[in-house]
Amino acid sequence: MIGRACPGADGGPGHFVNGEPFDPYSAESMTVEQERYYMASQWRMMWWKFRRHRLAVASGAVLAAFYFSILISEFLAPYHLHSRDAQHVFAPPQELHLFHEGELVGPFVYGLSYRLDMENLKREYTPDPNLVQPIRFFCSGDEYEFWGLFEARLHLACPAEGGTLYLLGTDRLGRDMLSRIVYGTRISLTVGLVGISISFLLGLFFGGVSGYFGGWWDTLIQRLIEIIRSFPELPLWMALSAALPVTWSPTLVYLGITVILGLVDWTGLARAVRGKILALREEDFATAARLMGASPSRIVGRHLMPSFMSHLIASATLSIPSMILGETALSFLGLGLRPPVTSWGVLLNEAQNINVVALYPWLMLPVAPVIVVVLALNFFGDGLRDAADPYR
Amino acid sequence: MFTYFVHRVLIMIPTLLAISALIFVIIQLPPGDYLSNQIQELKSQGDTAALAKAEFLRHQYGLDRPFVEQYATWLGVWPGPKGFSGLLQGDLGYSFEFDLPVTEVVGDRLLLSFIVSFATIVFTWVVSFPIGVYSATHQYSVGDHSLTFLGFIGLATPNFLLALVLVYFANVAFGTSIGGLMDPRYLDQPWSWAKFASVLEHLWIPVIVIGTSGTAAMIRRLRANLLDELQKQYVVTGRAKGLPPLRLLIKYPLRLSLNPFVSDIGNLLPQVISGAAIVSVVLSLPTTGPMLVHALQAQDQYLAGSFLMFLSLLTVIGMFLSDVALAALDPRIRLGEHAVR
Repeated sequence: MIGRACPGADGGPGHFVNGEPFDPYSAESMTVEQERYYMASQWRMMWWKFRRHRLAVASGAVLAAFYFSILISEFLAPYHLHSRDAQHVFAPPQELHLFHEGELVGPFVYGLSYRLDMENLKREYTPDPNLVQPIRFFCSGDEYEFWGLFEARLHLACPAEGGTLYLLGTDRLGRDMLSRIVYGTRISLTVGLVGISISFLLGLFFGGVSGYFGGWWDTLIQRLIEIIRSFPELPLWMALSAALPVTWSPTLVYLGITVILGLVDWTGLARAVRGKILALREEDFATAARLMGASPSRIVGRHLMPSFMSHLIASATLSIPSMILGETALSFLGLGLRPPVTSWGVLLNEAQNINVVALYPWLMLPVAPVIVVVLALNFFGDGLRDAADPYR
Repeated sequence: MFTYFVHRVLIMIPTLLAISALIFVIIQLPPGDYLSNQIQELKSQGDTAALAKAEFLRHQYGLDRPFVEQYATWLGVWPGPKGFSGLLQGDLGYSFEFDLPVTEVVGDRLLLSFIVSFATIVFTWVVSFPIGVYSATHQYSVGDHSLTFLGFIGLATPNFLLALVLVYFANVAFGTSIGGLMDPRYLDQPWSWAKFASVLEHLWIPVIVIGTSGTAAMIRRLRANLLDELQKQYVVTGRAKGLPPLRLLIKYPLRLSLNPFVSDIGNLLPQVISGAAIVSVVLSLPTTGPMLVHALQAQDQYLAGSFLMFLSLLTVIGMFLSDVALAALDPRIRLGEHAVR
């Protein structure tokens, strides 16, 4: 330590003087930890806050897995979307086993033996303990066109040669439910994303105009929003999608449905945007921008919007579930997507008849991914919303 | 208060007009109409008698008139082939598929739809109130956590899937179908006490199925509101001066946090009606839902239009009632010249 004790006048112990150069800001200087915190950008702080919400992080991981599976559906599904097996119509789910007669075989299924119950004409499948069918991995199976680009045969898992692999059973045409659910993920999840993008843009535009210009525009848009909101959502969706021409190709119908979902759903976002802009447009930085001659679209887009973008993203995430459920409901009723386009709702359409469901309950299985995804989106959105305001 | 009431009623008129116009546009959207499709079909079969009837109907219902005129006739502000006869006069039009006036096809479906929606809202209130209060006063207890978790599941499960699963398990467990809204023998009977009682007996399943998500949402909102209030100073003051906890709770914070119960009917109703529409398809309830789906698929435009109009009317009136009730009940809402916009 550099310092010395000044002897007092009487030679006794004096006061201590630090020899270090005097830094007038030393009281305000921060530790490395504090500095990291105070210098962090808004988005970084949101990430820190979001990370603390365990459930939301876990949900985010689940969602990431689901959305990643969209990219490689063809590879993940053991069968092709449309491959039929006339020998195994309405086959029940096959159980996955590891040990056969006390010996480790690796993952395998027992083959199904089929018998038609002549008394009540019921198909009966029983697992045959003599037929051990080990699952092959990274194998060549049904041919598919990867995203319609090139042909390939590689699958993550395939049935044994000459065997079957129906882990979730088959439907009335002998199509593998698991493969169809994997393919359905692609449609069901992207419907939500495309729909929310449309409603996000509409919400930003109408909310922005309504909040920034106010007056006449505001009244008009608010009335419009009130009218749209007083419609019960689902019947409106039903009516609009019933109006899609029957002659449209499946792709056009898909686009039409997403547009319909987006067209009805933007009102909540528009109200949020309007409220925020009303509050922010009187701030000094907005006035400054206006005085410097910035155009309204620049003020709203460049100066006002970044301040509440995080809130918007959070509330948009929370409204994706309603879109996914909307599409599922419409397709379930037969008013939405139509085969050969396959979504979870289209799959559930087969489960509409209670007599069929009572005999073949595995047709209801597409319910499970719907609930998982909707729950995950809700938790994820909740976490985002809490994190959206990291300064609190 | 009275001026607000009148103002609110006057606002409903343009809203309903806009809704009716929108509905009419939507039901006219598909190319062609039910009759022209039928005429095409009959022409290919060479059935002249039926063809003449279809042409006659087409003329009688003014389907060959311009669009705006058709709308005005449907609304009842323009003389159609039958004079002024439209929604305003209580004439819902003609269902081409059933070959009957819409009023007769609909029968008591509208009433049953109303009963189901109303019962669902009552259910939502009755269930969410005690649970919400319990969750808030016992925050982070085991009960609160498990109820919150249940609420999340209820919120995430789409109600028609819940209906499907419930129907399946009822079928497996009891071997009976739980569909329907009354004993089959009352189906075409006029209304009587026995029929009404039978409806009440069957009502609880659809009500629970439709009401689950709304109840879950309401519990979360009541819990959040009540938690906010419980932290405020007046509660501490009340506790400090020795008010019994229950009396304190009922007297102050609970009353303040009750707002969503009234103000949310506006949000709850469209949700309940949407839910009812699809749940009734699964449970085959004799309400508007299944017939609306059918009418939309068959392009039976006046039938579909009447249903849509009725459902929207229900929502608009519900919102109106909730606004008026809120203004009457909440002393913090001031109306009149000095009202804060």
